[in-house]
Amino acid sequence: MAHEATMSPLAHADDHGGEHHHETPNVFGFWLYLMTDCILFGSIFAAFAVLRNQYAGGPSGKELFDLTNVGIETAILLFSSITYGFASLNALAKNKTMVLLWLAVTFVLGASFVGLELNEFSSMIAEGNGPDRSAFLSAFFTLVGTHGLHVTCGLIWMVVLMVQMMGPQDLSERMMNKLACLSLFWHFLDIVWICVFSFVYLAGVM
Amino acid sequence: MAQAHTAHDSSHGSYSAYLIGFVLAVILTVASFAAVMTHALSPGMALAALTVLAVVQIVVHLVFFLHLNTSSEQSWNLMCFIFAAASVIVIIGGTIFIMHDTAINMMSR
Repeated sequence: MAHEATMSPLAHADDHGGEHHHETPNVFGFWLYLMTDCILFGSIFAAFAVLRNQYAGGPSGKELFDLTNVGIETAILLFSSITYGFASLNALAKNKTMVLLWLAVTFVLGASFVGLELNEFSSMIAEGNGPDRSAFLSAFFTLVGTHGLHVTCGLIWMVVLMVQMMGPQDLSERMMNKLACLSLFWHFLDIVWICVFSFVYLAGVM
Repeated sequence: MAQAHTAHDSSHGSYSAYLIGFVLAVILTVASFAAVMTHALSPGMALAALTVLAVVQIVVHLVFFLHLNTSSEQSWNLMCFIFAAASVIVIIGGTIFIMHDTAINMMSR
């Protein structure tokens, strides 16, 4: 059993046409990248935890955060997770039209999330509560901005895959690996968002 | 063929798995918002509730959306995740502990 587990990434490297494309070394390698990304976010969360009360006479989270907006952002990201899941399932069923359709839905949801976040940021900065206002706001913009930047990268990646899929790559084994990596990335960002809305926004308004 | 299909269902999820995960995630998210917005709990209790709900929701997402499980083909993924999670706990817990201690000793509050 242990031997089999140790061998599996290598064993599957030889296994091209099978159903086991999820265990190829590229997807495992991407998983390792995500684990380092976990540590990146962990460090930024640690900085935020230390600086969360350093208002420097500026506004606190209670005065700044609009929970309705956060609730809508949370709902959008959760819906986009499940729509990406539907795209993955259709990719396994080799139904390219439906994959493109669900990816497009996911893209629209992701883009509206980024739009809402940019809207929130710009109104905060317009009121003079930008990242330069206090240590709390520096940490807030770094943390939420890093997550937003990741979502933006995911959106660009999604468009690239959709364009490639319409070309000669179709739903080849290689494309399935790319879709599996983006799937991990997208669902991982939703997990980071759970921590953001719980510990930044909800804990910030208490 | 049937066997291959079952294997791929368990490792890539299915519509029912995604929907179960989605419903659980919605319930947990609503519970988190309710714990804060109803003001029913004291701040300390609400923070504890948020932490528990967030951890449960992370596990739900890992199992139903990222398909992480204890099967042998996932054991490397799981091991790396446990290592990363332990590192994150040390980074965040250690930082809060040390910086809190420093703040107390510096009388900065």
